[in-house]
Amino acid sequence: MTLSSFVVRNTFRNKRRSILTLLSIGFSLLLLTLMASIWRTFYIDVGAPDSARRVITRDRVSLAFFLPAYYREKIRSLPGVVAVAPMTWFGGRYKDDRPENFFAQLATDPDEYMKVASDKIIPPEQVVAWQRDRSGALVDVTLANKYGWKIGDKIILLGTIFPVNPELTIRGIYHRDPPQNALYFNAKYLEEAVPWFKGQAGWYSTQLANPDDVARVSGEIDDMFRNSPEQTKTESEKAFQLSFVATLGNVKAFILGICGAVVFTILLVSANTMAMSVRSRTREIAVLKTLGFTRQRVLSLFVFEAVALAVAGGVLGILGATGLIQLITHSSIAIGIPIDMKVKLPTMGLCLLVAATVGFLSGYIPAYGASRVNIVEGLRHIG
Amino acid sequence: MAIPISYNVRNLKLRKGLTIMTALGIALTVTTAIFLMALLAGLKKAFVSSGNSQNVLVLRKGSEAELSGGFDASLFPTLKVLPGIAKDSHGEPMASGELVVVIVLPRKDGTGEVNVTVRGMMPDGLELRPGAKLVDGRWFQTGQREVVVSKSIRSRFSHANIGDTMEFGKGSWKVVGVFDAGGSAYESEVWGDVNQMATDFDRQGGYSSAYLAATDAISADALTKRVSDDQRLKLEGVLETDYYAKQTSSGGPIKFIGIVVAIIMAVGSSFAAMNTMYAAVAYRGREIATLRVLGFSRPAILTSFVLESLMLALLGAVVGILLMLPFNGMQTGTSNQVTFSEVVFSLQITWAVAAAAIGFALVMGLVGGFAPAWHAARQNILTALRG
Repeated sequence: MTLSSFVVRNTFRNKRRSILTLLSIGFSLLLLTLMASIWRTFYIDVGAPDSARRVITRDRVSLAFFLPAYYREKIRSLPGVVAVAPMTWFGGRYKDDRPENFFAQLATDPDEYMKVASDKIIPPEQVVAWQRDRSGALVDVTLANKYGWKIGDKIILLGTIFPVNPELTIRGIYHRDPPQNALYFNAKYLEEAVPWFKGQAGWYSTQLANPDDVARVSGEIDDMFRNSPEQTKTESEKAFQLSFVATLGNVKAFILGICGAVVFTILLVSANTMAMSVRSRTREIAVLKTLGFTRQRVLSLFVFEAVALAVAGGVLGILGATGLIQLITHSSIAIGIPIDMKVKLPTMGLCLLVAATVGFLSGYIPAYGASRVNIVEGLRHIG
Repeated sequence: MAIPISYNVRNLKLRKGLTIMTALGIALTVTTAIFLMALLAGLKKAFVSSGNSQNVLVLRKGSEAELSGGFDASLFPTLKVLPGIAKDSHGEPMASGELVVVIVLPRKDGTGEVNVTVRGMMPDGLELRPGAKLVDGRWFQTGQREVVVSKSIRSRFSHANIGDTMEFGKGSWKVVGVFDAGGSAYESEVWGDVNQMATDFDRQGGYSSAYLAATDAISADALTKRVSDDQRLKLEGVLETDYYAKQTSSGGPIKFIGIVVAIIMAVGSSFAAMNTMYAAVAYRGREIATLRVLGFSRPAILTSFVLESLMLALLGAVVGILLMLPFNGMQTGTSNQVTFSEVVFSLQITWAVAAAAIGFALVMGLVGGFAPAWHAARQNILTALRG
């Protein structure tokens, strides 16, 4: 019998206890993986390929206020700017108002938008078809698959912010990594239907030639409109997306707090199991020592057992979290959770590392006690 | 005959380490649940305690919020003479035309900028809101570039103390007083004279909203309908309390995340509790058999072990509540989806939250304790006595 198989057999000797511990650790690590993935999506992932070259200019107070159309030309005149597209959140309904039928609908200028969003992969003839048809729409392939849309299909959106129900024809289907839940259509169509909207835009998306220019150009844009009636706030695309998260409150502290509680809980659960396990085996340990096992050997046996249990729980938790995230992002019951959220390899590694560390710590103390058992006393122990 | 509870208490005491660790695990889960419930309770309080059920808020028809309201000032005299409005201290109808704008102020601690609601009001606006109490200085005076700020604004932003000047609109405003709005949504606002504000924000000749004080709750309902039904006005009346209650939906995302987190942690903790109880049963196999021999019935043993598990959970709940108590009243902010400005609210560990936390822990104890207790009650007496 090798040492590793000895550990494995011991781990599963009391099946019920091991399974309960495994499940308990698994659920805790599921939560930890979930939180770590949310953190990663919000704060670490870079987003779309060209995201680093794009800045967003919006009204300083709130996205709910529009910016004048002439801002676009002024932004375009700055050095380092490649293209500027006006973007307006249409916020309409498709089919019904159930949250799973919610997706982003944006009105823009098709000609210039394709220069700003050059990271979208789409056949050139579809782009031309979209640009030619004023009531045409461009959709993400994930969205098109969800509703079974094909080129040429007609769909109707129901306006909630704007008093209009645009009838759109799908003219283009694009791919992008990470995917989006988005539809784009011509702002002119909206302007014709809603007179008071004419000459305005929700925000401007600007493509820069060089990613290093983001800070400089952002500052220049805001300085330019400092004394205008509508002051602006310009930031990188990533920061813009993060500002939606920030409205929820102190999300970072929230996530860290939950992670702290979870890690501490696993530590307790794991330590508890190991303590029980060691206590019931006091006599056995004495026998092992009688057979010539050194103190270090006994110590490592128990520590390995704890680590194995915790890591197995970790694997379970990671698998669970991966499934859960798949479920959430595809049913979109929770608006605001980005559909590109995934459990990535580094996150998995981190969570396994946490599990192993916790297992080690929780196993060490009872195991240390066990390794110091006096042989004679241990053999007498009635457990 | 039932087994005395002191038997369970002694057993829990005997295995101190195990009891403490399991209870702590439950306590941590309870802590997380309390934190989330207290957040929601505080948010609810901020909105529900805002507004007075006798006040009618008047907005442009079709508009959902004061910020997007806006109607012509010439309508105000018509509103003011509607029947059912209470008299103010000067014997005039108690009504206030108001202007609401959002400004951006940098946080005192340098962590970014925050949207703050600025409200311009008529002198009656203060009389309409008896819930807001002056705690320092004096109220603003009509015709002066003066503002009063809420206590939380004073503590969170620089230049918001009495005697300081705040910069917004077209110039500077002198802070002359600080008010306490008792945790309501007004706790995040800056107040001043409506005409001065209108000039600064180029909004002369219009109001964002109007507030009318009804003589009593019944006439408030009637007044609401009267405003909405008047064809000349094209305005809509809503009870101030209803208006704020609707804004509680800002807590939606917190609620969703909270439920997911609490459920996952609770399942994990239930398994841990189950483990402890199984161990307790296993250690006491012979003891249980002895109890059976003495004549205690199977249901008595089942009840006894479930009770023990519930006691363990209760201990966890109490520890969890105690751990969270220091955070009671801690202030935080979230964005209000209706006013686009930050609402400040505090964690509220109310009796309802504490009761829910205890209930939550007991469910974990029950789920964790039932299977082991069942196992204990079904044991074969002879084999157990021999083991």
